[in-house]
Amino acid sequence: MIEVKNIHKSFGDKTIIKDVSAVMKAGQCNLIIGTSGSGKTVLMKCMVGLFAPDSGEVLYHGQDFTAMNAEDKTEIRKEIGMLFQGAALFDSLTVEQNVMFPLSMFTKWTFRKKHERVNEVLARVNLVDANKKFPSELSGGMKKRVALARAIVLNPKFLFCDEPNSGLDPQTSLVIDRLIKEITIEYNITTVVNTHDMNSVMEIGNYILYMYQGNKEWEGTNKEIIFSKNQRLNDFIFASEFLKDAKDMRMLEETGKISNERNMEELLDKDAPTLVPPPDDE
Amino acid sequence: MTIFYDIGRYLLMIKGMFSRPENGKMYWKEFIHQCSEIGFGSLGIVAIISVFIGAVSTIQTAYQLVSPLIPPSTIGQIVRDTVILEFAPTLVCIVLAGVAGSRIASELGNMRVSEQIDALEIMGINTKTYLILPKIVASLLMIPLLVVMSMALGIWGGRLAGTAAGIISRSTYDRGLHEFFVPFNVFFALIKSYVFAFIISSIPAFYGYYVKGGALEIGRASTKAVVVSCILILFADYVLSALLLPT
Ligand SMILES: Nc1ncnc2c1ncn2[C@@H]1O[C@H](COP(=O)(O)OP(=O)(O)OP(=O)(O)O)[C@@H](O)[C@H]1O
Ligand SMILES: [Mg+2]
Repeated sequence: MIEVKNIHKSFGDKTIIKDVSAVMKAGQCNLIIGTSGSGKTVLMKCMVGLFAPDSGEVLYHGQDFTAMNAEDKTEIRKEIGMLFQGAALFDSLTVEQNVMFPLSMFTKWTFRKKHERVNEVLARVNLVDANKKFPSELSGGMKKRVALARAIVLNPKFLFCDEPNSGLDPQTSLVIDRLIKEITIEYNITTVVNTHDMNSVMEIGNYILYMYQGNKEWEGTNKEIIFSKNQRLNDFIFASEFLKDAKDMRMLEETGKISNERNMEELLDKDAPTLVPPPDDE
Repeated sequence: MTIFYDIGRYLLMIKGMFSRPENGKMYWKEFIHQCSEIGFGSLGIVAIISVFIGAVSTIQTAYQLVSPLIPPSTIGQIVRDTVILEFAPTLVCIVLAGVAGSRIASELGNMRVSEQIDALEIMGINTKTYLILPKIVASLLMIPLLVVMSMALGIWGGRLAGTAAGIISRSTYDRGLHEFFVPFNVFFALIKSYVFAFIISSIPAFYGYYVKGGALEIGRASTKAVVVSCILILFADYVLSALLLPT
């Protein structure tokens, strides 16, 4: 669990994050959403300590990360995996070496074992036959997936993903979203995802924090989000075509024709595209 | 004011470099990689420069020595001393500031701008220790070696040019090399090259590591790193000569 308490951050005289607090639980996907420039990346970097917040606390295991000494910080950081918005792959290393890097640094495994683990995570991000390529030879979406593989290769307790599927096609996006969700539950990870993709919001948003110009404008779950009465949030989410149906349904709900709980479940089940073909006997 | 701020930050960077490596093997690998980049990467240019410096020194010395009272073997002596004392350490290091220094600054600058340094930090790696220390240690090892090689090549180049132009015979030149040889000069040149090696690696590392912005700033940082390193090399050259050479 990560607790964020009253974080403020400004650059020069420009305040970017204003008094944001949140509780991000383990075993679920915590999403930070908002328009471009609303401060998602800055908030995430404050959480992992790449930016020092002007005031406020970030608690890991109940301890304030911002006030820790370098050694304790290092200990926490070994439990953190992070996918950067720009992928941040080491460009002198191949894909395989990039993913293997944390293993070589922090484990005493044999090369064979490391190699197996690398192939395993690369397969999980749907990336095969790219092992020997250099980052400069990859597409943007492939870089993202290599970076995700690198972030999860050591089984982190805290996983931060800054826009994991920007630049990915909808199908690969879904694979990535599901992978994030899967490992989050499987290893009880506290996962924090920055996104402005409404598909991801509906697919994995156990907890959603909506940022508007550096403020926490709204928080809730993906079940609640489309029924929110917050005008700014509505403008943000209904900009997406995907949720046209949902909007119609919301009209029905508002006029009291259907109950929101039941139909949300239905919507999420029905519209979630499936990659595995359904069994024949259905 | 910013100069004091920069000096403070530079010293903190140097201090921050000394921490226990997370994994000795990975650091060793990085060190070897840097040795080959800095050492072998500059071998060619250093060799070419050295030979020509020696050659030009011989010809110019001969041109200036017009008096029949001075024995021709003096040419060998003068070439030996200028190459060892000044040309090999200082000139080679100025060139290395351009070759190796700009490489260090742009490599680190690129890693900073593309968030690779942040990615290492997040993994719990001390990036100052992992990225900067191996570069400085590798320079301290390789650059004095390059300087020694440059001394030999410079003197050889001088002999080549002297005999080719018919200025001086091989045996006279060699005799000159042995006359009044002061071993301290070689020692002094090595001291200089250690100091210069530290400048060439740490100054560009500082400018690269703290780059802010994008590709344009990387270029600026590496230019600035080279300029500042060159000025510091010349300044250190002056100070060391004033302090260590008995006059
Ligand atoms: N290092 C920095 N120095 C100064 N200002 C910054 C810095 N980083 C970000 N900002 C400013 O902070 C604001 C929020 O940026 P941030 O990168 O957090 O946006 P974002 O929500 O992640 O947007 P996107 O969805 O496009 O990634 C922007 O106005 C940006 O100009
Ligand atoms: Mg961002």
